[in-house]
Amino acid sequence: MLASLPRSLPSRIIYGLYVALFFLYLLAPLVVVATFAFNDSVFPSLPWKGFTLDWFISAGDNGRLGLFYDKPLLESVGISLMVATAVTLLSLAVGVSNAFLFERHDFPFKGFFYMLMLMPLVIPGVILGISILVFSNSIVNALDNLFLYEAEFLRPGLLLVVLGQFSFITTMATLVISARLRKFNVELEEAALNLGAGRLTAVRTVTLPFLKPALIGAGAVAFLMSFENFNTTLMLVGSDAPLTITMYDRLREGSTPVINAVSLFLMVLSAALALMSMLSGRKAPE
Amino acid sequence: MERVSAGTKLTVLVLFAPFILWMLLLVILPHIDLLTISLRERVAPRVYEFSFKNYMEFFVEPLYWRTFARTAIMSILATVLTLIIGFPISYYIAKIARGRLKSSLFLLCMLPFWVSELVRTFGWMILLRESGIISGVLQWLGLADGPVEMLYNDAAIMVGLVYTSMLFMVVPLVSTLDSLDDGLIEAAYDLGGSTIAILREIVIPHAMPGIVSGCIVVFMLTLGNYLTPTLLGGKDSLWFTEQIYNQFITRFNWEQGSAFGFLLLLLSSAIIWTGLRLTRQRLQDTIK
Repeated sequence: MLASLPRSLPSRIIYGLYVALFFLYLLAPLVVVATFAFNDSVFPSLPWKGFTLDWFISAGDNGRLGLFYDKPLLESVGISLMVATAVTLLSLAVGVSNAFLFERHDFPFKGFFYMLMLMPLVIPGVILGISILVFSNSIVNALDNLFLYEAEFLRPGLLLVVLGQFSFITTMATLVISARLRKFNVELEEAALNLGAGRLTAVRTVTLPFLKPALIGAGAVAFLMSFENFNTTLMLVGSDAPLTITMYDRLREGSTPVINAVSLFLMVLSAALALMSMLSGRKAPE
Repeated sequence: MERVSAGTKLTVLVLFAPFILWMLLLVILPHIDLLTISLRERVAPRVYEFSFKNYMEFFVEPLYWRTFARTAIMSILATVLTLIIGFPISYYIAKIARGRLKSSLFLLCMLPFWVSELVRTFGWMILLRESGIISGVLQWLGLADGPVEMLYNDAAIMVGLVYTSMLFMVVPLVSTLDSLDDGLIEAAYDLGGSTIAILREIVIPHAMPGIVSGCIVVFMLTLGNYLTPTLLGGKDSLWFTEQIYNQFITRFNWEQGSAFGFLLLLLSSAIIWTGLRLTRQRLQDTIK
């Protein structure tokens, strides 16, 4: 079967129907979540009782608390934004450094270290989470035993969440930035050096601007991966819960359509970031 | 490539430092610690001894190894289903759809990946639950007399897992199928080959690297999944990551939890290694 070959009508109809059904399957859950954010009912389920914006803007006076007034939910959005920003900046910084290390330099056991660098992507997120939990706890105990020092900041909490997400998002950032750096013509940098620029100046004014599309793309993906991460976060979270953890708790309790409202917000955010990462990849000059 | 000089040596060291700190503090040492803790037993408060008890416990207690086996089998099933459902779609995108349709279908396949897994799973909860859409449609069509509960069973878990995994199967499949020369298929038809024979003799062998790397990634992600089984499967989902969570957070038995974590890591690594061996690929080429 090919586009260029004639096919019998029934086979075309059946195949077309299958593809249509598949995309219905792909889109149905997303459409349903978005639609029910506007249902005039306290449950995110049938029957459809009419259109309302209560789940966004109701202040609680009619027994309904909309997204913009739901304090715990808004707080967890704030926490997620904070965590995602920290993870993005950290992983981009280390990602750039790693990219230069692996693309520009030769050193002993380079192949081995490269394999090691890829590891975080093949370790299940839950296990990354518990291993960091166990290790930070060991450090806390050791500090306590040796110096009688209570390292509270290494207890489950936002620092550990940031570190846990950073541990695997950095691999992704490194891969994206390396791919771009590989296309860079080193002669441009050498030209800058010949014209009297220092090494760092050359990298800052010539190489880094060239990497910008990759930095934007990797940054968008890193932000999104952090914002949406659940598995690693679940194991490392303390009393301040990022959005995914709060949403999970609400889902288990059986929540009002405010969860649909926040999901819709997440979808819009993802769409914006996806667009950003795709456009940054497409516009990149070779 | 630069000539080695004192300056470049220093540069390498400066660039190596963040890399090795990241690796040591967040990946290597934590996993060594995890292994050590899994190999110890508490004999008195704050006194530990080396022991294999946590691993023995896994084999002695039927609930544990059954959950492990169940997770592995369900993951294999989810992988196979994802392949069977995704292959015709990938073939359609790579070989039948053209121009705008082709690129928009491909983008559409990526869509769920960009949306949080939590939101996707929530969507399935709305669709499948007793007061949900599918139950409503069935009643409206007269196919069911009362509300039908489709949530909280293995089929629901499977629907969610396949949904979440689809992208990771379709992307490698489309890219390998794209590289298959249409001329080969045309020639095979000209020579009188049937569709099934062409699929078996030409298309599938060519797509094999994509099939294997798709299957590895899907299996790995399914095995380590937590959200989909717990939310769609309810209390009896019996997923192994849930056991790990219970040991760590609910029962506070870190030794047992670490042992479980290591077993899951071993299974996951074994599958990846076998898959790479079968196709003679390197990890570097698969992760792209």
